[in-house]
Amino acid sequence: MKLVVIDYESGNLRSVSRALESHGVAPLVTDDSSNFDDADAMVLPGVGSGPAAMDALRQRKLIDPIKNFIASGRPFLGVCLGLQLLMDCTEEGDEACLGVVKGSAKHLPSGLKVPHMGWNSVRFQHQHPVLDGIPQDSYFYFVHSYYASPEDPAGISGTTEYGISFCSIYAKDNLIATQFHPEKSGPVGLRFYKNFVSLAST
Amino acid sequence: MLTKRIIPCLDVDAGRVVKGVSFLELRDAGDPAELAAFYDQQGGDELVFLDITASSDSRDTIVDVVQRVSDQVFIPLTVGGGIRSVEDVRRMLKAGADKVGMNTAAVSDPKLVKDGAAAFGNQCIVVAIDAKRVGSHHVGSPHTSTDLALDEGSKWQVYTRGGRTPTGIDAVKWATRAVELGAGEILLTSMDEDGQRTGYDLELTSTISETVPVPVIASGGAGELDHLYQALDQGKADAVLAASIFHFGTFTITQAKDYLKQKGVHVRPTYVAPE
Repeated sequence: MKLVVIDYESGNLRSVSRALESHGVAPLVTDDSSNFDDADAMVLPGVGSGPAAMDALRQRKLIDPIKNFIASGRPFLGVCLGLQLLMDCTEEGDEACLGVVKGSAKHLPSGLKVPHMGWNSVRFQHQHPVLDGIPQDSYFYFVHSYYASPEDPAGISGTTEYGISFCSIYAKDNLIATQFHPEKSGPVGLRFYKNFVSLAST
Repeated sequence: MLTKRIIPCLDVDAGRVVKGVSFLELRDAGDPAELAAFYDQQGGDELVFLDITASSDSRDTIVDVVQRVSDQVFIPLTVGGGIRSVEDVRRMLKAGADKVGMNTAAVSDPKLVKDGAAAFGNQCIVVAIDAKRVGSHHVGSPHTSTDLALDEGSKWQVYTRGGRTPTGIDAVKWATRAVELGAGEILLTSMDEDGQRTGYDLELTSTISETVPVPVIASGGAGELDHLYQALDQGKADAVLAASIFHFGTFTITQAKDYLKQKGVHVRPTYVAPE
């Protein structure tokens, strides 16, 4: 299987790779879109600022190749910022994003500690194969200041409470994205990657 | 609901865990990767590695430690000690760290906090503050940024260089400034309580936690499980860091979580993997 992890200098890619490797996949960590054509699956990780991430993707000419990959129907996983970037735009610097999912990324409500940092539970709203074997209300590790707000509730597979209830898992067909970091969420997070690898191998 | 975090802290010298860690269960209690896995299994919510390596020759060993730990343990890792440049931050993140702690360097070069946050995001910049109550003891030479200087209302002074150097800086003012510069979290150690095992400095912890808009990790003084509870409850901390009560096997993290849960604190339950 050929699985690409997009490298645009955004945070800890090593843990993403190791989590995939623990399920027998040797990911190709790359910023070269010529590797996308024959890839079976893609992971878009990311931490930090949305506008900076969009700049980094633009500079590497990755925006259209990523959108084309998602449109092709192959399994795609966005992590953290990788979920927010799927939206039309983000309040963070009023930046246009990939526009794959209708909606926007918004700042967490004031009056709370931001970043939202630590382990929080996820309420599954509907089943998706990427959630197989993971108990309802499992805890995952979050660290973010913005959250994705998709317009269409059909893709919202998991929600989490932090002042508000927000979309913590988006999963619709081949398009999967999480606000939390499964690669930092212990055994339950590794199970999530295992499910994603299974999807990518079928 | 967001849970309160329990964070074991490991001191690493030249690639080995030091400070009397003793567990019968472990083959090699000095091996950072083995200890990290051990705490992970017990339900540690994050891990902090503090590099106390004095010799510059052995400095690079911490990179190797972070790599080995992050290859095996899938919970957040913070690395502190000896971070002096944005390049140091980059190296740690690349090695598998999720956050980098800065103490002395942040005080002497606040631009480092700003540049680190700009390059990698606030979420990975932890400013560690060693604070000591202002009393009759020596007050450091006035700091150049006078707006941070101690005044009549100051209760705690910032120390750097492993607690050796008073800075003349007010800890509450510095915490506020550190967050303005880009710190995503504050690791707050009470020097008065550290090693005393009589509890965290609750006034210090709650004062800083209520002042800054980012999470605060309380550190220094844990001797009993109730101290953890007090830091989270009265101290308003978002997380508690402890070393000796876990390392010496006085309590396990599982016991700590059971205690906190029974006190009504939300903690992450230990996950049992399916099949």
